[in-house]
Amino acid sequence: MSKVIEDRVLDARGLMCPMPVVKASRELAVMQPGQVLKVIASDRAARTDFPAWVEDVGHELLHSGQESDGTLVFYVRKREETD
Amino acid sequence: MLDQTQVADRAGLTEDEVRQIVRQELERSQKRDPAARKLAIIASKGTLDWAYPPLNLACAAAASGMEASIFFTFYGLNIIRKDFEKKLKITPVGNPGMPMPMPMPDIISGLPGMTSLATLMMRSRMRKHNVSTIRELLDLARELRVKLIACDFTFEVFGYREEDFIEGVEFGGAAAFLSQARRAHVTLFI
Repeated sequence: MSKVIEDRVLDARGLMCPMPVVKASRELAVMQPGQVLKVIASDRAARTDFPAWVEDVGHELLHSGQESDGTLVFYVRKREETD
Repeated sequence: MLDQTQVADRAGLTEDEVRQIVRQELERSQKRDPAARKLAIIASKGTLDWAYPPLNLACAAAASGMEASIFFTFYGLNIIRKDFEKKLKITPVGNPGMPMPMPMPDIISGLPGMTSLATLMMRSRMRKHNVSTIRELLDLARELRVKLIACDFTFEVFGYREEDFIEGVEFGGAAAFLSQARRAHVTLFI
């Protein structure tokens, strides 16, 4: 996989559901369409919450993965402004 | 019903192309469906553990761009009272699902002070796991414009006053909840 370069990073480690998603949505709100947010999370709910949330809101999940220490990483590209 | 083959002929499209257009239009209109962006919850329980699901879900929904409203009724009104931190407790009595360090018969759980003890235990467990407090979730919900509606009926029956409630609470009856719920695909009774 070619390396995804993020425009911003959100460290949501230690936060529990629903805070990682809430904080990510706040970050994206101040970003430009097409920009990429990298989210680092440790809450196990994030594994399923991020793909579901990204699909609902219309952003794009470019890449997700797990580090060797169990931390989860998500790269979310902000959607183009619609409706 | 339209004869699709006939329509297709006139527009110079094949039947498959027409079907595809219809499918795309349907998907588009489902995406635009305003009810898919609404969540209406009834919060009827006034304990610390049951205060979490409505607030968690409403905040997650608001973060997903949904319009969320919570209708607090009966004991659920405890969650939005100014003294919610004193009101929201956990009782181990009749709560066999509660994780305890050792199995505890109800006759022991019912002893004076056990509710306070269970509440303290639960609070410290939540703090250890960095779970948001109810105060944090209430602040977040209001910041995300979650509608907090206090049930007028219970309010009367329990003898509460408007000043007993936190800032930003609205008041309404069954019809106020229904007017939200009938426009929402997601409605929950908690």
